[in-house]
Amino acid sequence: MYDIKAYFEAETIDEATRLLADNPNLIVIAGGTDVLIKIHHGKIQKAELLSIRKIKSLEGIRKLEDGRIIIGPLSTFTQIINDPVIKENIPILAEAALSMGGPQIRNVATIGGNICNGATSADSAPSLFVLNAELKLKGQQGERIVPIQDFYLGPGRVDLKPGEILTEIIISPENYIGYAGHYIKFSARKAMDIAILGVAVLCKIKEGTIFEDVRIGLGVAGPTPLRCPEAEAYAKGKSVSAQVIAEIGRLAVKSTKARTSWRASKEYREHLVEELTQRALKAAIVKAGGEEIA
Amino acid sequence: MFWGFLGRREGSLLRQFRLKVNGKEVQVEAPAGITLLKLLRDYLGLTGTKEGCGEGECGACTVLLDGVAVVSCLLPAAKAEGREVTTIEGLAQGEKLHPLQEAFISEGAVQCGFCTPGMILSAKALLDNNPRPTKDEIREALSGNLCRCTGYSQIVRAVEKAAEVMARGE
Repeated sequence: MYDIKAYFEAETIDEATRLLADNPNLIVIAGGTDVLIKIHHGKIQKAELLSIRKIKSLEGIRKLEDGRIIIGPLSTFTQIINDPVIKENIPILAEAALSMGGPQIRNVATIGGNICNGATSADSAPSLFVLNAELKLKGQQGERIVPIQDFYLGPGRVDLKPGEILTEIIISPENYIGYAGHYIKFSARKAMDIAILGVAVLCKIKEGTIFEDVRIGLGVAGPTPLRCPEAEAYAKGKSVSAQVIAEIGRLAVKSTKARTSWRASKEYREHLVEELTQRALKAAIVKAGGEEIA
Repeated sequence: MFWGFLGRREGSLLRQFRLKVNGKEVQVEAPAGITLLKLLRDYLGLTGTKEGCGEGECGACTVLLDGVAVVSCLLPAAKAEGREVTTIEGLAQGEKLHPLQEAFISEGAVQCGFCTPGMILSAKALLDNNPRPTKDEIREALSGNLCRCTGYSQIVRAVEKAAEVMARGE
């Protein structure tokens, strides 16, 4: 038995934001695979839940004429994995989605919930960070768009103002056209496990040999998912070589604030950042049309 | 829609649930905040679905919701309202077991049996969409189901066998 005191169901965004504005204790629930576990563990007591599952306008994945990809936050991980728009344009997000949980969880859990839960281990986060995803947030006062890098404030804390809900995840064409990426989830088990480290690398290669742009997104390397600005700035314009890739791996560690947990020590996580950034980058280079680097 | 405030204790606020379970329309009164797992086991007497971890890690409580495998321990029963649920009790036709059930028996894929209903439903979700899966596809489809007797090899074999039997139309 869950300690659920009240359960509301909204059918429109307006109804949801109104209910949220009226009752600041309401917790939004979509797939429920994170919220119900918190209730089960007693971390949330006398829960007052607002289900948004019936809001049709929060569903679906589509590509607009201007090339922007709009992902409805109620899209489940299974839908992300199988969606033709995602597979064709931003496969790095499908790779990340496939690494999450097991089939039963992916059938229910939503990408919007994964983001709004605010976990540094969110499997979607490293990929969304390198894609410079933008989040559209709507409240009774209106709507605003926030880059995902600014949305994560701390462990379990995100920039959702009281009464706001996430309504769209937006990927702009300048952030995926010409890019290729690779995602590595490092965990003790392949399924049903939380990442010890998640690494997403997106890159654009000029003339087959020069790094035009390299982006590195990490999960569980700090209190929130993060990017590696030093390594990315170093990479720009450099020739693709094993030495440059090794230096990118070393520099990536500088942006991290890893900590020790029962899953892994800080030192081990830093080692993984250096190593897996290089492996993900090497795979991304090949996908982007560059030469394979041993 | 608002269901009202529920007390902490079970039974303090009841609600009518209407859903289809194993092909039959059911209507049952139960506490509004319960999970689908509890509704099935305690209010509909369908104890074939098991509770293992209770937090979505082990897959013992797997059922099909509109044909899709879900963990019923993390699903508020209200989310199943108006939808179709398939449990292990819904697989056999009269005395005739489903080919998956037959194969689990003949391949020795059942030891303590606690994970078996969930395993079979995950396997059914796979075979309904992909009648001739590869070994890797079977392992992937069962990756959300834990077996602590570690009979995984026999379980994968059983799913392969069931797929063969079903392909022959037996």
